[in-house]
Amino acid sequence: MKLRRLRAIAIKEILQIWRDPRSLMIALLLPFTQMFLLGYGVNLDLKHLPVCTFDREGSQLSQALLKHFQASQYFAIVRNVASYPQLVSAIDHATCGLAIVIPPDFSERLNETGTAPVQAILDGTDDNTANIAFGYAAAVVESYSADVQLNWLDRQGRQLQQIQPMSVQSRVWFNEDLESRNFIIPGLVAVIMALIGAQLTSLTISREWERGTMELLVSTPVRPIELMFGKLAPYLVLGWVDAAFCVGIATLWFGVPFQGTLLTLFLTTTLFLTVVLSLGYLLSVLIRSQVGASQIALLVTMMPTTLLSGYIFPIDQMPKFIRALTYLLYSRYFVTIIKAIFLKGSGISELMTPILFLIVYAVAVMCLAARALRKSLG
Amino acid sequence: MNAAAPIVSAKALTKRFAETAAVDGLSFTVNRGEIFGLVGPDGAGKTTTMRMLAGVLPPDTGSIVVDGIDVVSKPEEGKQHISYMPQRFGLYEDLTVDENIRFYADLFEVAAGVREERAQRLLTASGMSQFRSRLAGQLSGGMKQKLGLTCALVHTPKILLLDEPTTGVDPVSRRDFWRILYGLREQGVTILITTAYLDEAERCNRLALLHAGRILYCDTPVALKQRMPGALLVISSPAGRKVRAAIVGQAGVSNVILVGDGVHVVVDDPHTCIPELGDALQRAGVPFTGIVAGEPSIEDVFVSLLENTGKTQ
Repeated sequence: MKLRRLRAIAIKEILQIWRDPRSLMIALLLPFTQMFLLGYGVNLDLKHLPVCTFDREGSQLSQALLKHFQASQYFAIVRNVASYPQLVSAIDHATCGLAIVIPPDFSERLNETGTAPVQAILDGTDDNTANIAFGYAAAVVESYSADVQLNWLDRQGRQLQQIQPMSVQSRVWFNEDLESRNFIIPGLVAVIMALIGAQLTSLTISREWERGTMELLVSTPVRPIELMFGKLAPYLVLGWVDAAFCVGIATLWFGVPFQGTLLTLFLTTTLFLTVVLSLGYLLSVLIRSQVGASQIALLVTMMPTTLLSGYIFPIDQMPKFIRALTYLLYSRYFVTIIKAIFLKGSGISELMTPILFLIVYAVAVMCLAARALRKSLG
Repeated sequence: MNAAAPIVSAKALTKRFAETAAVDGLSFTVNRGEIFGLVGPDGAGKTTTMRMLAGVLPPDTGSIVVDGIDVVSKPEEGKQHISYMPQRFGLYEDLTVDENIRFYADLFEVAAGVREERAQRLLTASGMSQFRSRLAGQLSGGMKQKLGLTCALVHTPKILLLDEPTTGVDPVSRRDFWRILYGLREQGVTILITTAYLDEAERCNRLALLHAGRILYCDTPVALKQRMPGALLVISSPAGRKVRAAIVGQAGVSNVILVGDGVHVVVDDPHTCIPELGDALQRAGVPFTGIVAGEPSIEDVFVSLLENTGKTQ
């Protein structure tokens, strides 16, 4: 490998990037639009879920229960209905995600037997929201029950010391408030890197073919490996700039805490960029049209990274077969790495396993790409 | 290395694309320091041959040895010594003249000082020194080709392969171009050139006439002219088409070629044919100003040789 030829390719590539302001703009603006669009768009937190109530009793006790719902930040009572059909229609029209029905004998049963059922109807079309809403609704009712119990004991003249012999005092580490944004946005940085990285380099060789410059290039003594590194180097720099934008937006705009060190982030990001850039380059070598190569690049980066990298959907909960497939996906390793750096402040030693996987990936893709480029027109 | 041995030796080259043989058992040699022309109609296999010589297209069968290097088995070694200028403009249109030159100089590891000296000399010779910072895409067709030649010559190739370098180039640029080629020949560079312009073919030391992937004739332009069967008559007339219509099929007439001011006729025996043709034209009432024996141009020779091939096939 001759450094001089590698440098000549890199300089040529930089000049071409610089003289094509349109693609340069895309490379630099895409992280902004994607970060803001997806950063705001993807939010798994449940806040102010619209609730319908059907209070068939209308007593002091039943209204007090509903006040508890109203007081919770997770729910917002949007409508009080007077009949079942109205309630069904509210669910059907998705005006509410949760309906609370209080039976007509609520107070009576509570006073006589000490227990009374409350019905919660959930819109299961969004199972994730329904699950979370159910948990919060149960918690609201439970806390109200505890109030009622305390009152009752009080009236009996008994002092309440400790009803529960045991209780769990839980504390969540690394993302104390369980803000979904804090774990989604670091993963989003990985998704955007994968998308842009492969897009940038997917055009490099196919452009030479389309513009007719490849024939002359293959007639020179340039080696495939010089061509590859020469073409990847400028895009790595562009990738660094994009990564800096994304991390800047994540921390400064969205306020995601950053616990790790910039050095760890820089080294692992460079490794990940190497993987995606060489993947795009490999596609560019294999597919001789710019449109074709960039379409395939989109297909092999965006889709699997969004769905299978664990950026939103937890890998642990995937079926065994799919879970096995994710091991082939380079981005799952970087999603793990970047979340750990952001939220846990992990260093290189804690991240050794995913880092090794990425190194293996990078070497394999580069070997393939260097071999796939045959210096012939055949 | 023996200086008298041919610098390029191609044997039994064959290249098929799907069912058609673009090049079909081609063999030829090129001597050190000559300008060797490959001429022939479109689709004769000129570009395919050039690509195989340049090491960018492997032949199906056959061997190519360039200056002792087997280009088929070791194409990368050959590329150090060969400069290839493809038919389609292969430089970067979004790079300037200087940037393109520098790029190719770096790929061939030419020292910066040497590059500057050569670029200066070549660009001056082609009248382009004032366009060094212009983008290649904004150059005229002729200037693009001269830039291509400059890039091809910025290192010191032993062999220069030029695939239709002057197609679409204005006459002034073509003259510059050939002046540079002659200069190179004096420096001992061997040049292989394909061309569709037969007046250019006459400037070559030797010519190979390609047709349907085979070499029909390979010789010096003078020897080729002597191979032309019969002799050439020049009939000057303002009505060339009528002249042709009147004499086609006459005894002893083998070929009639329309030219600007009349027709060129290939005949078996000029002495008997001159009066016979004169009579025939008068009978047909076609105006003409004279019939004289002429020196055949390479174009006449090739059209005539190709026609004969068509007849025998």
